Amino acid sequence: MVNISTTRSHKSGFLPRLKKNFIQHRSLYLISIPIVLYFVVFKYIPMFGVVIAFQDYRPGLGILGSKFVGFKYFIDFLTSPNAIRTIRNTIVLNVYNLIFGYTSPIIFALLLNELRLQRYKKVVQTISYMPHFISLVVVCGILKDFTSSYGIFNDLAEFFGYERQNMLSNVDLYRALYVGSGVWKDLGWGSILYLATLSSADPNLYEAATIDGAGRWKQLIHITIPTIMPIATLQLIMKVGSIMSIGAEKTILLYTPLVYEKADIISSFVYRRGLQEMNFSFGAAVGLFNSVINLCLLVAANWSARQMTGESMW
Amino acid sequence: MIERRTVSNRIFDAFNVILLFLIGLICLYPMVHVLFGSFSHPKELLNHTGPLLRPMGFITRGYEIVFANPNIWVSYGNTIFYVVVGTAARMFMTLLGAYVLAQDSFMLRKPMMIIFVFTMYFSGGLIPDFLLVSKLGMLNTRAAIIIPNLIATWNMIILRTAFRQVPASLGESARLDGAGDLTVLFRILVPTTKATIAVIIMYYAVGEWNSWFPAAIYLPGRRDLHPLQLILREILISHSASGNVINQSLEFVDQDAVEGLIEDVVRYCTICIATVPILCVYPFVQKHFVRGVMMGSLKE
Repeated sequence: MVNISTTRSHKSGFLPRLKKNFIQHRSLYLISIPIVLYFVVFKYIPMFGVVIAFQDYRPGLGILGSKFVGFKYFIDFLTSPNAIRTIRNTIVLNVYNLIFGYTSPIIFALLLNELRLQRYKKVVQTISYMPHFISLVVVCGILKDFTSSYGIFNDLAEFFGYERQNMLSNVDLYRALYVGSGVWKDLGWGSILYLATLSSADPNLYEAATIDGAGRWKQLIHITIPTIMPIATLQLIMKVGSIMSIGAEKTILLYTPLVYEKADIISSFVYRRGLQEMNFSFGAAVGLFNSVINLCLLVAANWSARQMTGESMW
Repeated sequence: MIERRTVSNRIFDAFNVILLFLIGLICLYPMVHVLFGSFSHPKELLNHTGPLLRPMGFITRGYEIVFANPNIWVSYGNTIFYVVVGTAARMFMTLLGAYVLAQDSFMLRKPMMIIFVFTMYFSGGLIPDFLLVSKLGMLNTRAAIIIPNLIATWNMIILRTAFRQVPASLGESARLDGAGDLTVLFRILVPTTKATIAVIIMYYAVGEWNSWFPAAIYLPGRRDLHPLQLILREILISHSASGNVINQSLEFVDQDAVEGLIEDVVRYCTICIATVPILCVYPFVQKHFVRGVMMGSLKE
């Protein structure tokens, strides 16, 4: 906004006030310099760096020297079979994640909540947090070991009469392994939020319900579930909002060309084509396409969260 | 809690105890398998089918091979460096950011907040990040692992919320005594919010210990700077490379007894030395988890 204050009044315009604020609290401004610098350099410059998605970017020529090509790379991507495949896989893996990864911690928390043996509950909880602290590389390494043709999963499969096979190379099993290992990793960790919410439920409610003759099932339906409902709804909406976003890391660790058909997602595709094959402009275009969709979905999710629960992320 | 001891209640309780036992077992078993496997004799391990209930035989050859591998030591050192320096630098920046954002007297507080929060929802993406790091000349330097991820915006906002819950009078009275901003931050705010800070330090440290992706893209030509997780990835995931790593280490141990079967055992040993340190620590900081997760679910 243009400041046109010509008078000497101190309280009128924004800039004089800012100047006064600056003089009074110089050290605050000083402290904020490295923070602002960090965000500008490492967050905002890359945002403007995405102009290379509209260019035929050559590292030698730089952003200023490279030729402008408009939406060429977006059209290239969207008209290629890779687009359908990666978008579909991204959504499908996220939907599975939503179905299994979202519900399992809730069920686990409800089961733990019903346990009467406090010591036992504590032990199960502690053990269930463990996978969260195991690195993704190790989780994928163990998964690879267990699913190899002489691994323990195949021992089990053979016991039930199936042929031994390298499970991770089997297109039909890949998604189950991907989602299943994710559920395993975050089951316990994801339940913390719900357990903490449940422990804040009013014990008087349960007492009153018992006196009124409500059994455990009725207490679960009428007290326990309503207690976690707001937080569970918020979590669900935010998960729906991130349905197109999924990091490349796990996919890069797990997939092989044999299973690209069901494994390759947008972010792993960007990594492969953009960084490994150094098609910077193409990779940036696909990445930007994904970021824009993510932003829209998140804004929509946040809006509906506010409508439905009165709570939102911002 | 008053409860009635009906038959169906008891059946459910028994079922629940068993089900949770099984879930706990599934959570625990993979690491137990790896631990037992790491001490097993490779031949017996190969012939064994089904779950490992104890080490098959007992050898420490696998660990000898791992410890004789200079790559492991170098990468272990690198990881410790990234964890210590990275966590310290991140925590310092997060403290500064949270401090200025918590000051009512700071006029740019709100616009800055918007500018920072926006970066949580939109980013340039992998390729522009990579090009920036390479333009800045940080490719293949340790700085590339630490500086581009200096602040996790979410942690900064959590800490800001914690700072704002500290009574303002504490800081004001210190200021009247002539304390500057940094004194207020480190002498008053940090001690009063140390539980929150502990959780954030834990997040940063565990995240750094387990991180491999930035190193994979920013340190392509400097194996000597690779963190443990990246070496692990070579050993566990990309098998062609794993041969190299393990064969390199075999040179340091007598080859005759090894028979090439020991690769699996070596893999298990590597997982153990990379994972056991963290698994030994987490049960002791457990009480902070609830706090950490609840902080994350709060807004403002």
